[in-house]
Amino acid sequence: MQPETARFKELSRAALANDQLQRSMVATGPQFVLKRAKARAALPEFDDLRNAARDIKNHVLAHLDVYLEKFEARVQAAGGHVHWAETAEEARAIILNICAAKKARLITKGKSMVSEEVGLNEALEGAGHTPVETDLGEYLIQIRNERPSHIIAPAVHLRREQIEADFRRVHTDLDPARDLSHIPALVEEARRVLRQNYLDADVGITGANFLVAGTGSAIIVTNEGNGDLTRLMPETHIVITSIEKIVPTLEDASTLLRVLARSATGQDISTYTTLMTGPRRAADPDGPEEFHIVLLDNGRSQVLGTEFQDMLRCIRCGACLNHCPVYQAVGGHAYGWVYPGPIGSVVTPALIGIENAANLPNASTFCGRCEDVCPVRIPLPRLLRHWREREFEQHLTPRTVRSGLGAWAFLAKRPKLYGLAMRLAARFLNWRGRAGRIASLPLARGWTRTRDLPAAQGKTFTELWRERQK
Amino acid sequence: MPRVALFPTCLVDVMRPSVGFAAARLIEQAGFAVTVPEGLTCCGQPAFNSGDRKTARALARRTMTALAGFDFVVLPSGSCAGMMVKHYPELFEAGSADHTAALALAARTHELTAFLVHIARVNNLASEFPARATYHDSCAGLRELGIKSEPRQLLKKVAGVTLMEMEDAEVCCGFGGTFCVKYPEISTRMTDKKVERIIASGADTVVAGDLGCLMTMAGRLKRLGSDIRVRHVAEVLAGDYATPPLAEDDGDAA
Amino acid sequence: MSARETILARIRSRLPGTEAARRDAVELHLAAHGANLVPLRGLGDGDHRLSLFTRLMTGVGGSVETVETLADVVQAVAAHMAAAGLPPSLRKGADTTLAHLPWHRAPGLTLLSGPADPADHTTLSLAFAGVAESGTVLLLSGPDNPATLNFLPELHMVVLPASRLVSCYEDVWPLLRASQGDGLMPSTLNMISGPSRTADIEQTIVRPAHGPRDLHVIIVVGA
Repeated sequence: MQPETARFKELSRAALANDQLQRSMVATGPQFVLKRAKARAALPEFDDLRNAARDIKNHVLAHLDVYLEKFEARVQAAGGHVHWAETAEEARAIILNICAAKKARLITKGKSMVSEEVGLNEALEGAGHTPVETDLGEYLIQIRNERPSHIIAPAVHLRREQIEADFRRVHTDLDPARDLSHIPALVEEARRVLRQNYLDADVGITGANFLVAGTGSAIIVTNEGNGDLTRLMPETHIVITSIEKIVPTLEDASTLLRVLARSATGQDISTYTTLMTGPRRAADPDGPEEFHIVLLDNGRSQVLGTEFQDMLRCIRCGACLNHCPVYQAVGGHAYGWVYPGPIGSVVTPALIGIENAANLPNASTFCGRCEDVCPVRIPLPRLLRHWREREFEQHLTPRTVRSGLGAWAFLAKRPKLYGLAMRLAARFLNWRGRAGRIASLPLARGWTRTRDLPAAQGKTFTELWRERQK
Repeated sequence: MPRVALFPTCLVDVMRPSVGFAAARLIEQAGFAVTVPEGLTCCGQPAFNSGDRKTARALARRTMTALAGFDFVVLPSGSCAGMMVKHYPELFEAGSADHTAALALAARTHELTAFLVHIARVNNLASEFPARATYHDSCAGLRELGIKSEPRQLLKKVAGVTLMEMEDAEVCCGFGGTFCVKYPEISTRMTDKKVERIIASGADTVVAGDLGCLMTMAGRLKRLGSDIRVRHVAEVLAGDYATPPLAEDDGDAA
Repeated sequence: MSARETILARIRSRLPGTEAARRDAVELHLAAHGANLVPLRGLGDGDHRLSLFTRLMTGVGGSVETVETLADVVQAVAAHMAAAGLPPSLRKGADTTLAHLPWHRAPGLTLLSGPADPADHTTLSLAFAGVAESGTVLLLSGPDNPATLNFLPELHMVVLPASRLVSCYEDVWPLLRASQGDGLMPSTLNMISGPSRTADIEQTIVRPAHGPRDLHVIIVVGA
């Protein structure tokens, strides 16, 4: 799907006016926050584990070339195939080739943000395959032809009534008399439909949360078990993932797993954590006969060594979204591409260019809650600010902002002139006041459209202070 | 007597000098000599947050020069103090003279309530202020400087103040500097959520340590017709109830 | 240049230090199998591990029972299946420990062998280990305990010898290396902490999603 990041303002206004969405956000957002807080409180070492997690990822990034080679060698030794994709297009082509060779008709899919990033489903459909998402949330947005609105809860923007309507529309064999008004009934219906897909699929495609270099294992975590059924039932399993997901050892993976689920859903660990190493062995009675891993770069290696490198530590837990007041106000779709929220506003410009995504790093108050909860301590506000610097350097900043900033900077560097200007401003903003407030101000409509402006007291502090010192 | 440079911040300077005077009084009462240095304008945060590091650097240098030679620098703002403590050192190359100066300044710079608690070790406040107050944690003060207990500790020492916690006191009010005018609809929604929490707390006064947040909350509260009063923490600590709250023209009755 | 070469070359051009130094550092790190910070919560004697495991596993909707000996597993299995109202047909792999149980003590039970069939209601596996810190059982794929047994049935039962119930994940990995060889893994290693669930609709937790409705862990105190 084409990025719509340039339409952020328009999309966010629509999101604010969407009552259904607003109800969903208000109902779910605080739950994530509460669950994480409880999990953190229940593990005294949690914040120290975040430091350890950060250090592991930093170590990996500083030795990424060697770890990738180690990982590749281990996968191959276990009988798997490793494919490297520099771009989204290459990743799609690799997977289409495998699926064509297997004459795949039905393809089950586990949840993968990298799959969303490369637009895999569209490509599979275009080539005549039938991809079916098996994570419940992903399945829901697939039948609605939508993007995920959250990294770990893709359908968090939906309400049960919408889902019931979608099932009645898409599941044509569904008995109209069946009661689908409560959530367990909806889950049961999804289970019924997806179960058959697992059994019938020719190829299963999943993502990976971590890649263990020392063992050649791809790790996926799910609560539903859909990733496992996607891996185990078809003849061929393809993992689509990206190069920064490496961790060195099982010990290191343990540390990251301890912070992942707690940060994401407040669980001690997800229900299913699966280490997948190659295809089934000769004596194995089940599991895929063929195993492929597609390692996507897509701009990530270009982030190494820059002021943005820390973003590559991300383990996609979604905690920054859950704690971001901007995300909680507008939801994920307003961000206009695959990765929403604070991490999305940092990652998206790196993947599609700051010239296409400048709105995103600007849509932040730098309130810092994201950094406060990040399990790998990514300094998100700082990275957002670095994007604003790139934007400013490349003269992408809107002219009004730039000239306003320029005029203000001109004054601020000249204390005498600045003092005069402030004295004038103080008087003007006092004179315009009625009952202590200003209801409308021509140059500050962005403010006064929804808020009064408190009136100034009349003189500047500096002016009054000097008067008193005399 | 140790010398304190009071940096009023540009918003207090223009909009609400009474906050500066309240701060000065509190610092003086704690036994420090207050000076308002010449040559101060803005700390440079708007440039820094807009990606204009060159201007931010120029203003940081200017500010560092104006504040040289004082034992302490105090600001009635977590946001501007955060800029100077956390971000000035990031603006200069490690090892440069500017970087050394920035680190030295950072070590001497304090947000007002943190200064009163940790440096001045204020145990008693003689002031009185009639309010059922709820405290909003400004983001920079809370998350850049770790200020959480300090204002509450001090507010409890003011006769007449009852402290009532709101839910989500740590969630942003929607100000965000230029954010509130670049994305006014999102900003307003954030403020509305904050306003809901303020009203639900049952407080009659909302208090915070940053004028940007206060103007945002007051502006929305008044537009919605609320009579909840909005005050800078310095005013409450100094017992300055005679000055009208933000966006009002009458002082509080004693 | 292949994509592989291009990507690796770009990474190398952006990393500090020499490739040789990086190789040395990586070899050292991989060989050390060093543990990072390990939370204290799982550490303790067998009673502590058992009670923590039980609390966490039941807290996420699994069930746990303890039996004294391996032989007692048979009755426990039969009784749990009967209580769940499931047909008396049990699927398991070729695991010799499970095979040698006195199944004749449950005469009404039909034993099926091999990977799971979609029609199976109940399966039984032998855990490789259990971890107290998160209430997790670990299962290794293979002919002994096929991985599909863990996902296809309604009820998945897992036998866990108490001697294999360890404190933390870091206690498992040396056991795994000892059993598989350093750096070697079974095709699929499942860490399972409760029955299948989803919260994808309105963040409301519903069990099951796609996997088993019930997960029943039988801990054998004397094994």
